[in-house]
Amino acid sequence: MKRRTFWDRFYHRLFALAAGLCVLVLLGIFGMLLFNGFRFFESVSLWSFLGSSNWNPSAWGKATYGIGAMLWSTLLVSLGAMVLAVPLGIGTAAYLSEVAPGRVRDWIKPAIELLAAVPSVVVGFIGIVVIAPIISWIFGLSNGLNALNGSILLAVMALPTIISVAEEAIRSVPNTYKEGAYALGANSWTTLITVTLPACTSGLIAATMLGMGRVIGETMTVLMATGNANAMPHGFFDPVRTITATVAIEMGEVPYGTTHFYGLYALGAILFIITLIINLLAEGIAAKFRKQGR
Amino acid sequence: MTKQQFTKIVGIQLLLLCTLLTLSFLGIILFDLFSKGYSALSWDFLSTAPRKGMTQGGILPAIAGTALVTLVATLFALPFGVACAIYLNEYAQDHWFTRLLRASIRNLAGVPSIIYGLFGLALFVEALHIGASILASGLTLALLTLPYIITTTEEALRNVPNAYREAALALGATKWESIKTVVLPGAMPGILTGTILALSRAAGETAPILFTGVAFYTRYLPGSLLDEFMALPYHLYILSTQHQSLEQVRPLAYATAVVLLGMVLLLNLSAIILRIRYRNLWKTSK
Repeated sequence: MKRRTFWDRFYHRLFALAAGLCVLVLLGIFGMLLFNGFRFFESVSLWSFLGSSNWNPSAWGKATYGIGAMLWSTLLVSLGAMVLAVPLGIGTAAYLSEVAPGRVRDWIKPAIELLAAVPSVVVGFIGIVVIAPIISWIFGLSNGLNALNGSILLAVMALPTIISVAEEAIRSVPNTYKEGAYALGANSWTTLITVTLPACTSGLIAATMLGMGRVIGETMTVLMATGNANAMPHGFFDPVRTITATVAIEMGEVPYGTTHFYGLYALGAILFIITLIINLLAEGIAAKFRKQGR
Repeated sequence: MTKQQFTKIVGIQLLLLCTLLTLSFLGIILFDLFSKGYSALSWDFLSTAPRKGMTQGGILPAIAGTALVTLVATLFALPFGVACAIYLNEYAQDHWFTRLLRASIRNLAGVPSIIYGLFGLALFVEALHIGASILASGLTLALLTLPYIITTTEEALRNVPNAYREAALALGATKWESIKTVVLPGAMPGILTGTILALSRAAGETAPILFTGVAFYTRYLPGSLLDEFMALPYHLYILSTQHQSLEQVRPLAYATAVVLLGMVLLLNLSAIILRIRYRNLWKTSK
């Protein structure tokens, strides 16, 4: 009997320890980024980092570390992706939850899961071999590797996230709302547009933000398909280089422990903070609509 | 037909169009890759190393590297993740630590993969002196897949009816004995599904291994876990953007993409089938 109680307690402690280590990993990531980021700000001021748009760490004589162009590139590509993915995703979610018969749904949902499973490097490859020629043909450009290409690909990558969260949100609208609309003589389309979707706005916003959180940190796709020009973009037809792409390109070339090395960690810290804020806000909004749905 | 009926029909068709467009992306990816990639696929391609500056030969070292690194990641993430999920579902009461834990797991799932790469470089490669290797990359990928394994395992545990736990306890089992003999076996299909999905995610990731051990080219298969390695996704990246004669190696890039995508889709399909098969596990036994 004593032996059994011992093992019972032992495993309780063991599982609690594993759980504690989990929290430590997140804190560790945060701490590591802050620590290495601070090393960078010992030699470069925060103001010149955030205020300048010129990133040229290997310039002979005077290296410059400005995040402006990259930050704008990242936002441009991600916002473009959202413009494409949000209507498409909400439309698909509405179709799945309000229109599609159960059996059709059972086939479409796994297909969307497979879309989510396509590795980002394969999506990037599709950007090079399929999307880029189409873009350069339609718009008469010499090269289709630009911000628009990245936005299209990231939209595809954000779609599964947006669809699944938006579908959950639409399903959380109480049936009595819809029945009320039907009783007043509204048809299914009018009900969807004037009652169901407005009732779950917060859930749809959460879906959008989670999709945004997913694409803003995407690396390989934008690295392969957006042309990687280290300059301030003027529009969707310019090649861009995002924060993630810059880290991916330069980390392999910098010597350990240099200002440039820590600069890349500072970029990582900025990216981490942006995604953390987006995800926390989205989770807060999502928690609200889940409670409301019950 | 009234105006209202008309807008309804147009509106519903519009929703259908959205769905078809979404699905067409999957169709385009599958069709383009498999139609252009299969001609370069051969047994030789799967079973030999690259030759002549990667313009000829196969991808065996990349397949071996991806398999090994995924295996290492799972070996570390699975026990750790399952233990974490058991704590959350079986032991944890609703207090500050549980809330912190849940918030951490949710946010870990949202951390961009390249940040895991930076973390792996700082912790495993530099601080722990493992060096750029299969082990360092595998550990980095283990951290990346951890939140997925925890979430799916917890859901699998939650689906085991409480009556089973109570029955075990009533027979005099300790809490651990009821978990070991009743709860875990019952949750096994769900845990397996989650593990397969985590495997497929780890196999397709590039950014986390970029700084932690993946190599442009190795002539031999990896001899130990401390060697650098080739990996399928990185090989595809190299062949499609970094090679000096891009057009010449395009068929090889296509074939590599087919192998990588085929592997990931097979894993995902088996997870989906497993889930459908065990979907009614607890419903029928009630």
